Amino acid sequence: MKFWRKPLDLDQVVIPHGDVIIIKDRCKGCGFCVEYCPKGVLQMSEEFNIKGYHPPIVVKSGECVNCNLCEMLCPEFAIYSVPAPEDETLGGAEESLSTVEATKEEKTWRRTLRAS
Amino acid sequence: MEADPAGVLTGAHYFDGDFACGEGAMAAGCRFVAGYPITPSTEVVERISRRFPLIGGTFIQMEDELASMAAVAGASWTGTKSMTVTSGPGFSLMMENIGLATMMELPCVVVNVQRGGPSTGLPTMVGQADIMQARWGSHGDYETIALSPQSPQEAFDLVIDAFNLAEIYRTPVMFMMDECVGHMSEKVVIPKPEEIEIVPRKLTTKSPEEFLPYVPDENLVPEFARAGDGYKFHTTGLTHDERGYPVMSAECQELNVRRLVDKIRRNAEKIVRFEEEATDGADVVLITYGITARVARMAIDIARKKGVKVGVIRLIVVWPFPEKHIRELAKKIKAFVVPEINYGQIALEVERCSAGNAATRLVSHMGGGVHNPQDIVDAILEAAK
Amino acid sequence: MSKVIDRPEVAKEQHPVAPLLRMDRIPHIWCPGCGIGTVVKCFATALQETEVDLNKLAIVSGIGCSGRAAGYMKLDGFHTTHGRAIPFATGLKLARPELKVVVFSGDGDLAGIGGNHLIHSARRNQDLMVILVNNFNYAMTGGQNAPTTPTPAKTSTMPYGNFEHPFNVPHLVASCGASYVARWTSLHVRRMTKSFKEALNRKGFRFIEVVTPCATLYARLNKLGLGLDLMRFYHQESEIRNGADTRDVAIGYQSKIICGKFVDEDRPSYLETMHEYYRKVLGDKYVPTPPEGGMLREQN
Ligand code: SF4
Ligand code: SF4
Ligand code: SF4
Repeated sequence: MKFWRKPLDLDQVVIPHGDVIIIKDRCKGCGFCVEYCPKGVLQMSEEFNIKGYHPPIVVKSGECVNCNLCEMLCPEFAIYSVPAPEDETLGGAEESLSTVEATKEEKTWRRTLRAS
Repeated sequence: MEADPAGVLTGAHYFDGDFACGEGAMAAGCRFVAGYPITPSTEVVERISRRFPLIGGTFIQMEDELASMAAVAGASWTGTKSMTVTSGPGFSLMMENIGLATMMELPCVVVNVQRGGPSTGLPTMVGQADIMQARWGSHGDYETIALSPQSPQEAFDLVIDAFNLAEIYRTPVMFMMDECVGHMSEKVVIPKPEEIEIVPRKLTTKSPEEFLPYVPDENLVPEFARAGDGYKFHTTGLTHDERGYPVMSAECQELNVRRLVDKIRRNAEKIVRFEEEATDGADVVLITYGITARVARMAIDIARKKGVKVGVIRLIVVWPFPEKHIRELAKKIKAFVVPEINYGQIALEVERCSAGNAATRLVSHMGGGVHNPQDIVDAILEAAK
Repeated sequence: MSKVIDRPEVAKEQHPVAPLLRMDRIPHIWCPGCGIGTVVKCFATALQETEVDLNKLAIVSGIGCSGRAAGYMKLDGFHTTHGRAIPFATGLKLARPELKVVVFSGDGDLAGIGGNHLIHSARRNQDLMVILVNNFNYAMTGGQNAPTTPTPAKTSTMPYGNFEHPFNVPHLVASCGASYVARWTSLHVRRMTKSFKEALNRKGFRFIEVVTPCATLYARLNKLGLGLDLMRFYHQESEIRNGADTRDVAIGYQSKIICGKFVDEDRPSYLETMHEYYRKVLGDKYVPTPPEGGMLREQN
């Protein structure tokens, strides 16, 4: 991080780390989270979710500061952040964490769509 | 259960119908009233607003009748017996939220002290022309319950029944007074609290986890959970399923609306109430309600003196209509005579139920006064020919 | 390293505000890029952070896109008639005063068809919290002109542009006597949440307007792009002026949006005024409606 003036207590400040979790099939691809993430952690993916939208993906996995701005802005309750576990062995495991299955109802919704 | 003594002014009083209606409501346990001033109904809320702060009730004068009825619907969700009071023009404005209360299945009472219409009409003078509006006034299919008192004493007694019926069937009940009954003063005897039978709100015994707000019981009436008891239920004016969730489909509409109508229709025989006199062997039967029932007394006496066999049915519950009874009666008599202060509303219903078996003769009065008994006599004599 | 971390609770809880939502109704009906969901999220977060008793909290909505909010929250939720959310909520509150009652609805519903109720409730300083989601048009019915549509924005019933003067709603309710008045856009998630939290713990008439993007209608009819483009616009053009004179906060077409907390006064609410007055004139004879409501119960 660049500062225009070095904070006096910089050495004491602990920058939090977060895991961002995307419930990808709930996303409607509005892009709010990608646009306003202060750390540029997210990007819209090329992939389509079950509703046919492009959900966000994590592109800078170690950089999330758990500010939950993405979570607050998301109108779909499709993304949130949690504090990263202290355990540094996490690395590379984000993927298994970063997308969560949609609820049963959402899958049913999908089925209804197909049926109609 | 017995009435809460706080609301019951036991003793003999000299009240007009409006005051009697207000006292009846308080005796019935009504503790929330929202209203908007309109002649000739205002005395009801004047009575209530004076007494409510002394008995734990809340009265609020809302900004209009739309708001009054909406507030009554909201209050009913707390389990509080709630009421609003109005006359024709306000009744029209209330129709929107009477529909909401019907759809959400909310017990409440709507008092209409009828005056002459349409529009502003005759604010201080009598009419009975809102009887069909009570039945059909809000949009969509629904059934309603409506009562019509003929005296201040009945205004007291029947408004208690109106509250009880509202609880039993979870529906708004229309209390169709008229200006004459509202403004006439007579002796009103208020019984002791223990002599007044009150139907309390039947709350669900289910836990919040098992409870669904619109699962009907054997009477087609769902169990009630009040707001603030932790049930976290949802309710809507949209067509909804048993969870109270909107479902926009013909199937759900079928289930939801058919049950709303059926819960009154199937129980109609339990709800209908009328007074019957000398209909056995009668040639002519008068069908009356409200103030007209009392005016007709004189006509009946005169006609009987002239040798006509006159029977009379006085509707106490106007809706649901005593359809079965009128159908049977029509096969045995020559004609029905229906005096009413409108250009034929209940007469239409009588004509429909008599199904061509007996003639129906309307004696209409356009409002602003009551019938001249001679007009009714003439109709009876004509009908007896 | 490929360590799979077993944290089933993450997958199970799905989202931090899930306990406050009717998850069986998610996904909601709102369009991609619509801001109403953001307001619901912020409100849910505010509820969690203030730790109010959710059993004693009711949410009431009218009709319209924003009017669907009551249906998505796991609270006693009332989806009422068009414009009547405020009087319905008034009945709930007065008949069971211990409830906290929140009205969540749109600009057309609250300021248009329900305008009379809005001003009178503010005048009474009625004990309600009102969240007005302002998307500048009647969206549910297809983008018609609203009493908040700025001139000369296009709507489907003002295809040549709106020429009617719109309401400055914060000024309207403030001049009627509301004790708390704020405005944010759906981009101001933290400040909006803070306002909700403050308002939940105040009494009297608390009014928060939230300007949100209506991507499908208002933005499309006016060629303003997507929801995200409107968010960018809010980013550039909103200005926070806490304590601003509400006369100065009218919203023009694609012009500056003044946000902030404009009014926060400790004025006696409707119920307080009523109790105090009756106690003064009636003394011990005054029997207020009990907090748990006026429902009659069987005495055993
Ligand atoms: S929590 Fe903050 S830093 Fe992390 S992804 Fe979300 S917006 Fe970006
Ligand atoms: S804010 Fe939510 S809905 Fe919008 S793109 Fe991000 S995850 Fe998807
Ligand atoms: S029409 Fe507009 S306000 Fe309604 S859900 Fe869509 S974007 Fe939101």
